Amino acid sequence: MLYYDIVVIGGGPAGLAAAIEARKNGIEKILVIERDRELGGILQQCIHNGFGLHIFKEELTGPEYAEKFIEELITMGIEYKLDTMALEVTKDRMITAMNSTDGMLYIQAKAVIIAMGCRERTRGAIRIPGTRPAGVLTAGTAQRFVNIEGYMIGKRIVILGSGDIGLIMARRLTLEGANVLAVAELMPYSGGLTRNIVQCLEDFNIPLYLSHTVVNIEGHDRVEAVTIAQVDERFKPIKGTEKKFECDTLLLSVGLIPENELSKSAGIELHNVTGGPIVNEFMETSVEGVFACGNVVHVHDLVDWVTEESKRAGSSAAKYIKGQIESNCKTIRLKGRNGVRYVVPHQIRLDSTTQTVELMMRVDNIYKDIKLVVKSNGEVIKEVKRNHVTPGEMETIKIDLSKLTLGYSDEIYVEVAKEEA
Amino acid sequence: MYDITVIGAGITGTFIARELSRYQLSVLLIDKENDIANGTTKANSAIVHAGYDAAEGTLKAKLNVRGNELYEEVCKELHVPFKRIGSLVTAFNKQEMETVQELFERGIKNGVPQMEILDKESVLKLENNLSEEVVGALYAKTAGIVGPWELAIALAENALENGVELLLNSPVKDIDKITDGYSITAGDRKIESKIIINCAGLHSDDINNMVNSASFEILPNRGEYNLFDKSVGNIVNTVVFRCPSEAGKGVVIMPTVHGNLLIGPTSEHVDSKTSFDTTLEGLTSINEHTQHTLKQISFQNVITSFTGLRAKIRTQDFIIEESKESLGFFNVAGIDSPGLTAAPAIAEYVIELVKRRIENIEIKQDFNPYRRPNIHFMELSDVEKAKLIEKDPRFGRIICRCEHITEGEIVDVIKRKAGARTLDGVKRRARPGSGRCQGGFCAPRVMEIIARELEIDITEVMKDSLDSYILTGKTKQYQQNK
Repeated sequence: MLYYDIVVIGGGPAGLAAAIEARKNGIEKILVIERDRELGGILQQCIHNGFGLHIFKEELTGPEYAEKFIEELITMGIEYKLDTMALEVTKDRMITAMNSTDGMLYIQAKAVIIAMGCRERTRGAIRIPGTRPAGVLTAGTAQRFVNIEGYMIGKRIVILGSGDIGLIMARRLTLEGANVLAVAELMPYSGGLTRNIVQCLEDFNIPLYLSHTVVNIEGHDRVEAVTIAQVDERFKPIKGTEKKFECDTLLLSVGLIPENELSKSAGIELHNVTGGPIVNEFMETSVEGVFACGNVVHVHDLVDWVTEESKRAGSSAAKYIKGQIESNCKTIRLKGRNGVRYVVPHQIRLDSTTQTVELMMRVDNIYKDIKLVVKSNGEVIKEVKRNHVTPGEMETIKIDLSKLTLGYSDEIYVEVAKEEA
Repeated sequence: MYDITVIGAGITGTFIARELSRYQLSVLLIDKENDIANGTTKANSAIVHAGYDAAEGTLKAKLNVRGNELYEEVCKELHVPFKRIGSLVTAFNKQEMETVQELFERGIKNGVPQMEILDKESVLKLENNLSEEVVGALYAKTAGIVGPWELAIALAENALENGVELLLNSPVKDIDKITDGYSITAGDRKIESKIIINCAGLHSDDINNMVNSASFEILPNRGEYNLFDKSVGNIVNTVVFRCPSEAGKGVVIMPTVHGNLLIGPTSEHVDSKTSFDTTLEGLTSINEHTQHTLKQISFQNVITSFTGLRAKIRTQDFIIEESKESLGFFNVAGIDSPGLTAAPAIAEYVIELVKRRIENIEIKQDFNPYRRPNIHFMELSDVEKAKLIEKDPRFGRIICRCEHITEGEIVDVIKRKAGARTLDGVKRRARPGSGRCQGGFCAPRVMEIIARELEIDITEVMKDSLDSYILTGKTKQYQQNK
């Protein structure tokens, strides 16, 4: 049995930031468990730039952004194990893991930070009809093949889904000489960042078909054609609107799902909208001493926000070990409504040491000239104006906790409200 | 010249090949595809039926009941997952209860053991997720579930261990009668064989017609399925049928041997033997059906959908006979449901027919019925796991995150006889890519392992068939860096 103060599961941007922050807060014995062959997670395959604008005030590529954290982690002497798979986490913070050199590992931790990230939704999950040839793959898998392994995955490509990875890959594959024929998006708006629509599609004249989906895949050995069609307001394909593209590849960028199999093994309560653990402002899950951060909690659009959130998880885990988190505080639940799909954290404990909390949320549609309103017991705690909000871009609001203790309500709502003229 | 050539390496052909490998015969197993079990065997309901469906006196009835009996032993010898979980034919009204009664009586006539008719209460006790509308069911305890392609692959491996030869990617283009047998053109090879056993499934009529007059026609029938994540795998404990109608046995809800949930199939006549596409209508109709049978089910948990084509014929019963026009040419055709169940009994039956043609076949003294079990790392105890990693560190490296499959297991299935050569071949044998992410994370790693073990370039690693390439070449950047 090995003993650590903190075990961080996942060495991507979330895990790295959490581990570093925990060390900065005085925790010595920290172990990061990473299942891949290197630290950095998915950032390593994101070779485009645009990372770090908020935190470092400069435009970095994914690997550059990761490298800053990896270097800091190594300089601090934080232990990590690569090519190591965590198989189970218990409520008592016992971790079972394995790798080639140590064999089976049993680790007891005082606190655990889970940071396994997310995985891509697949063809099966959205049930696209047609044959099952080679050449249908998720955008992230394609990204790994192209950027890490150095291999091309097709020549004539249709992309379903306008999530950020799909958009980034449309540009990347075009630059590699492929012909990206179309991007189809089920929703009437793109799920990606506006800057990616402009820089990855418009700049390369790649058509974006909104309110469209794939209705057929043809080809026995390899994809030979993909048919898209317009959908009605209930997302049903409209007959007669089909467009057939002769192509050899269909890339899917149809959503990301927090990867919470380990969280389930620990009995951590998951949220029905995000698919990730329910956390409080310390990023602590429903299981005491188990913290969570990054895309395992909810899918972020910018890694900078992952870093911020993960630092909070790291410092909170440190506080927890030092016995500085007050127990038996009053808990307030946070919920999204009227256009706000969810709010993270899902709970706030009225701990005397916390003054402000940053709320992260996503809206359910595109709204123009609105206010995001935080309400408790019918009373407005805070409101912020927004000219334009979209589901593809996360919104954040900072609230002052001192205002809360006055009320008696144990629920806070965040909602979209019309901006009065 | 071979003594016997078996055309078609599906469940029927591999059972027959393995059965033939008990004797001192030279046997060749050929298939047009790039792997064993790549036709109907890889896309069906995976049910070992009890035997109450087929009419009394038919080959189907006889071989179903006998096949069911034989399953336990062969699966034990070959270490293939098989679970006798029982089946329910559920009735939702009085009329359907009458059908249940008829099936029960037919089962008795066919010699099916351990059947009983359950009332509503007993059905719901056994299956508490079924709709409250259920009024009763036929419970057949001998029904089971199996891994169909795993079984066919295991049979082929065992047959090869016992001297059978295998030839893949060799579609039979022509068969000529020669002095003491047949000359077969398969792919670019000419093969001579005294006896031919035609187990070509969907294409068995085409093979027959190369030598004989067209005495039967295969009518492909499409069945679509939804496969669900393991999180809902325990929604039923048994194989749950609806009452059969003219369209067939209807949509079935069942767990798989690996703990997933499988719902299907639809039943639709199609014109082409290559209609392996799923349809929006088909997948939707499966869902609608399920909603009536179960209290509730979330379709969010579907991880993949697939289509299988059944090799139906007009006369309905199996055709298992020596051609009247061509001595030594045996047809094993029209093997639709319960073909998987009947397969071991079909093999027994065919051997008896062959023995009439070749006299005094001698038993092979050194026939080994056992196959080295596949290693399922996650099923080992912690002590065994640690030992195995110490012995071979490749078992310490998890390649498939969802199913927790190690590199050691993947290498093992590549290195075996009739081993995996493709991404799907590895998936069918060791299951990486069968989980929630459907290979999103592990496909590049598995391809790397296949390329390394087979000493080929990674761009030559196929998804499944010979032309199902995954990579189209190196990136510009990669070329520049070189």
